[in-house]
Amino acid sequence: MTTAVAEERETYLNAGHGVKSWLLTKDHKRIGLLYLFTITFFFFIGGVFATLIRLELLSPHGNLVSSETYNKLFTMHGVVMVFFFLIPSIPATLGNFFLPLMIGARDLAFPRINLLSWYLLVIGGLFAIFAMVAGGVDTGWTFYTPYSTSYSNTWVIATALGIFVAGFSSILTGLNFIVTVHRMRCPGMTWFRMPLFVWAHYATALIQVLGTPVLAVTLVLVLCERMFHIGIFDPALGGDPVLFQHLFWFYSHPAVYIMILPAMGVISELVSTFSRKAIFGYGFVAFSSVAIAVLGFLVWGHHLFVSGQSLFAGMVFSFLSYFVAIPSAIKVFNWTATLYKGSISYATPMLYAFGFIGLFTIGGLTGLFVACLGIDVHVTDTYFVVAHFHYIMVGGAIMGYLGGLHYWWPKITGRMYPEGWAKLSALVIFLGFNLTFFPQFILGYLGMPRRYHVYPDEFQVLHVLSTAGASVLAVGYLMPLIYFMWSLKYGAIAGRNPWKATGLEWQTDSPPPVHNFDEIPIVTREAYDYSGTVGQEVQVG
Amino acid sequence: MVSEPHVESLALREQFNSAEQQKDASSLGMWVFLITEVMFFGGAFAAYTVYRSIYPGVFGAASRTLNTTIGALNTAVLLCSSFTMVLAVRAGQLGRRKQIMAFLVLTLILGMVFLGVKGYEWNEKYVEHHIPGPSFQMEGPGLQDHAQLFFSLYFAMTGLHAMHMLVGAGLLSWLLYQTWRGKFSAAYYTPIDMVGLYWHFVDIIWIFLFPLLYLIDRHGH
Repeated sequence: MTTAVAEERETYLNAGHGVKSWLLTKDHKRIGLLYLFTITFFFFIGGVFATLIRLELLSPHGNLVSSETYNKLFTMHGVVMVFFFLIPSIPATLGNFFLPLMIGARDLAFPRINLLSWYLLVIGGLFAIFAMVAGGVDTGWTFYTPYSTSYSNTWVIATALGIFVAGFSSILTGLNFIVTVHRMRCPGMTWFRMPLFVWAHYATALIQVLGTPVLAVTLVLVLCERMFHIGIFDPALGGDPVLFQHLFWFYSHPAVYIMILPAMGVISELVSTFSRKAIFGYGFVAFSSVAIAVLGFLVWGHHLFVSGQSLFAGMVFSFLSYFVAIPSAIKVFNWTATLYKGSISYATPMLYAFGFIGLFTIGGLTGLFVACLGIDVHVTDTYFVVAHFHYIMVGGAIMGYLGGLHYWWPKITGRMYPEGWAKLSALVIFLGFNLTFFPQFILGYLGMPRRYHVYPDEFQVLHVLSTAGASVLAVGYLMPLIYFMWSLKYGAIAGRNPWKATGLEWQTDSPPPVHNFDEIPIVTREAYDYSGTVGQEVQVG
Repeated sequence: MVSEPHVESLALREQFNSAEQQKDASSLGMWVFLITEVMFFGGAFAAYTVYRSIYPGVFGAASRTLNTTIGALNTAVLLCSSFTMVLAVRAGQLGRRKQIMAFLVLTLILGMVFLGVKGYEWNEKYVEHHIPGPSFQMEGPGLQDHAQLFFSLYFAMTGLHAMHMLVGAGLLSWLLYQTWRGKFSAAYYTPIDMVGLYWHFVDIIWIFLFPLLYLIDRHGH
């Protein structure tokens, strides 16, 4: 009965039909879904490269692919996962879909620019795909000069152009979010009533807007040098390749926070909803996002500890890097404190939140290891660093992304996902992830360098463990793909607010109508005000 | 919340409640965009700063080969174009369609003059073998190699600036067409205002480029 009613109501999904109504849509919700399809596609391309890397590393003698091919595999894995999956992941899908809903707006401030930014990602992605099909690129995702400008004989230009174009997608998304948060909040939605998801996206947008243009101009200079031989980083002319590293990391370190901050925003929503409590220390958590965004711009030099930058600079960057631990720890402690005396329910999104908190803590603490000058000299360019940043980017960002996707799936589609399968996949992903990446900490500490496919025999056991974990992880990632599609037809009807959560997005229909709200809401309470719902726990099917 | 019926509702997009909110959003959006542009050029300025501090003598010597007179003339042209742009915005505020078009055309012409002069200067560099690469020639201690860094930055920065001018010229042409179609009035002239901000920004970039590229070693010569 409810099915029939739900199908008659006009939603953003049935408001227009045909390919054109999607490709020319200005609805932030549809654009969010366009992004969802696009980045899922890139995630599996990046996953194929990861699979090949892990298969190659099963044996120490490099007998699956040549060294040149291996160089291309890890480069393209990095390029695709960083620039075409992780950076757009949460902001462009969940952020796009929910930021206007959460602040009671009918859309983002600039819907056409929003659509343009999706096209830019697709065009950039096509450049990258062309480069991969034409023969690949082997510079590492970092494009260090002078190898990228003078020596590499692979498709550097096409790949860099793709990243350049996709960068503008990210810039425009950030610009749209900043203006939307400033100008589009509904009556009563003051800055300190905004959900922490919105605060996190605001901080992310600041980084996108301030950092990405620097990467853009750096890539322009690399392209000029490669195409026209005007030598800005060329040591033969007295140019400085380390200058490239400074400019590159000025963006690419804050870019890590573009990936993790939105995930932190998701976790704040999940922890609050599934504990039936307001986030402990709302103001601290909100400002810690902004603090991470600001501090993130002051620490890029910790990627250059062994590059020959001055020891004094190294010490300053090391010192500042430790500071990032403070706002990060504030978040972890405040989430934990929120759990205290909460009515906790263990729905799938909450399992991802727990996974995130644990894995992010490991990733963050090992970040302190590599921020320390002395230890970093030992573990630079080893698997220790690889494990560290995968704990942040995969254990952190992707756990947050999947948690958010499960949490808001009922709102996006109007249907529930199958809880049992989802819990199983969350468990499989958590176990697979740790089995993949924890051995890499040990490998790196013992001296296994990154980006090598031939290694001493004694490292094989740990590599085999890691590859076994990657297989488990792959199964875990395939499961949601299947049951999410299944749920579109067979999932239980979700209703407006299956989690009994407080956010504005839950007060409109699922899936939402085209203009989000039949009547623009008026906010009279703080975020996460569960005081009226004492004793109500989330019912888990 | 229902948007108030308003004379400007023709241009009011559906996501906004009022024309005021729409104008505020456009204006903030443009300023944020200009901040991204500052960061974009900032990377190039950072590279310039690093190399000039490493090779101060070479940068001075290379800078002296640029033609200050033409550079100053072009600066004046660009400043005038900013002035005519302001007048176009003012005409927009007052809703005077013919004046808007006249000042936009003037701005466009001055912008084109700037680009023409810039093209003439680049050609001079070509004739003098001052384009970085295999045919680069410059005599003096360290100049053959290190001066290429100066000219690499010269071409990269003036080139990026010129590309921004071309985008600006495209925007001005679009504004002209829209004005001709009668899209703007005293109640709605936001696009003219926004393009004006962009045009002034591109102007300001040149105000920094001119002394940093042309004038760094002119005292006492």
